[in-house]
Amino acid sequence: MLDTEFMRLAFGAGAVVGVLAPAVGFFLVQRRQSLIGDGIGHVAFAGVAAGILLDVSPVLTALVAAIAGGVAIELLRSRGVAAGDQALALVFYTGIALGVVLVSAAGALDVGLFQYLFGSILTITRTDVAVIATLGAVGLGVIALLYRTLAGVAIDEEGAQVAGVPIGAVNVALGALAAVTVALSMRVVGILLVAALMVLPVSAATRLAWSMRSTFFLSMAIGLASALAGLTISYYADAPPGGTIVLVAAGAFGLAALGRAFAGR
Amino acid sequence: MSLAVELESVSFGYRAGQRVLDEVDLGIGEGEFVAVAGPNGGGKTTLVRIVLGLERPVQGTALLFGEPAHRFSRRRVLGYLAQRSELGGDAPATVREVVSAGRLAAGGLLGPLRRRDRELVAEAIARVGLRDVADVPLRTLSGGQQQRAFIAKALAGEPALLVLDEPTTGVDAESQESLAALLDTLHTDLGVTILYVSHEFGAVERFVQRLVLVRRTVVFDGPPGDLPGLWHDPSHTHARH
Repeated sequence: MLDTEFMRLAFGAGAVVGVLAPAVGFFLVQRRQSLIGDGIGHVAFAGVAAGILLDVSPVLTALVAAIAGGVAIELLRSRGVAAGDQALALVFYTGIALGVVLVSAAGALDVGLFQYLFGSILTITRTDVAVIATLGAVGLGVIALLYRTLAGVAIDEEGAQVAGVPIGAVNVALGALAAVTVALSMRVVGILLVAALMVLPVSAATRLAWSMRSTFFLSMAIGLASALAGLTISYYADAPPGGTIVLVAAGAFGLAALGRAFAGR
Repeated sequence: MSLAVELESVSFGYRAGQRVLDEVDLGIGEGEFVAVAGPNGGGKTTLVRIVLGLERPVQGTALLFGEPAHRFSRRRVLGYLAQRSELGGDAPATVREVVSAGRLAAGGLLGPLRRRDRELVAEAIARVGLRDVADVPLRTLSGGQQQRAFIAKALAGEPALLVLDEPTTGVDAESQESLAALLDTLHTDLGVTILYVSHEFGAVERFVQRLVLVRRTVVFDGPPGDLPGLWHDPSHTHARH
């Protein structure tokens, strides 16, 4: 399997995204914002459409649109323009509607879109892997620096605000991290499934872990294992890699829930 | 005595024409232990939010240690235990992880906690009597122990003013008594100013220096002993002895 370059590249990209997505998703899940990745994903779709229309790299335009979407959700929420889920819905639907209109204008409503909607990890190039690895390392570095702050705000946002922690800046940083993760994961699992890789490994880890820190590291381990196992299964079963990776993560959640149920008896 | 909290003719409403608080005057000296009580919907939580600078009065002035509360510059000296404090997420955060969050403002936002910060966290956990369960997930502890952990979190920031909003919600009477005794010890040992806000005050009545009853405005402000007998809470009978 690893004799072929496309599989080696796929494993490289899958490993980075498998670790990064749950690392960012961990903080979103703790703050009960599990669906934010979905919202940002739909804005990223508008970015892809803009890229196709303007003949610019769709990944780049998706990254810009995703960051704008992530920041917009936070600003709408924090300034009281719309409550948390309404802010998400507003950005979510505007993103998908804008994407459909732009893609239609570009005359690109065809199977080419599938690689962004459902991933296309087997067509990834060396340059793609280099970009994913570099941005992934930056994302993980930022999380390592901000872990204590992000965890502290997840534990008690109001208490942190009273004590003078710049909550707005922390939230915008988390939104930007989520946006970068969505843009990087787009080629691996696709816009429609990216949020799953941010949430399912964390949900599975929560059922097995004994502290916040152990939940965080276990989430990344489950995300990595899901990505690698999913790619392996998809290679031998000739199944779509993105969907297979997410199904493995869902299976991990099922096993973790079962394990916890048996352990509790 | 210099004042930690000073409210002068403070009025507030969330909508025009509606007053949640009306002409409230309240001064809390540094080092005082004061309970603010009143019925649900009487404006207590709004009062707390104004004291902490999270809301601005529509009329009057709110000062924290002499500065306007909404732009108070030394926020790290504020310890706050919110109403119905509970963990934000599902991860099994341990007592130590929760208390460490209390060092966020004072210990800096980047990188891991320094040695001194970790010592202060351990000290705060010991003070509230949770040393033996420091590395146990908070959700496995009783309601009273969870509240102690949140108090330790506030203490870890070395606060000059500790504000507790309905700290005994969902906690049994025995734990309420124990919590009140703990606050009295902290007040005596650390000299921290404590503002205890609750719809009932029986548990802390024997410890506080002043009791303030709020029903849109201040209807009583004085030593608990001066309060008419029928206003006392019968579920804490020791309070009057």
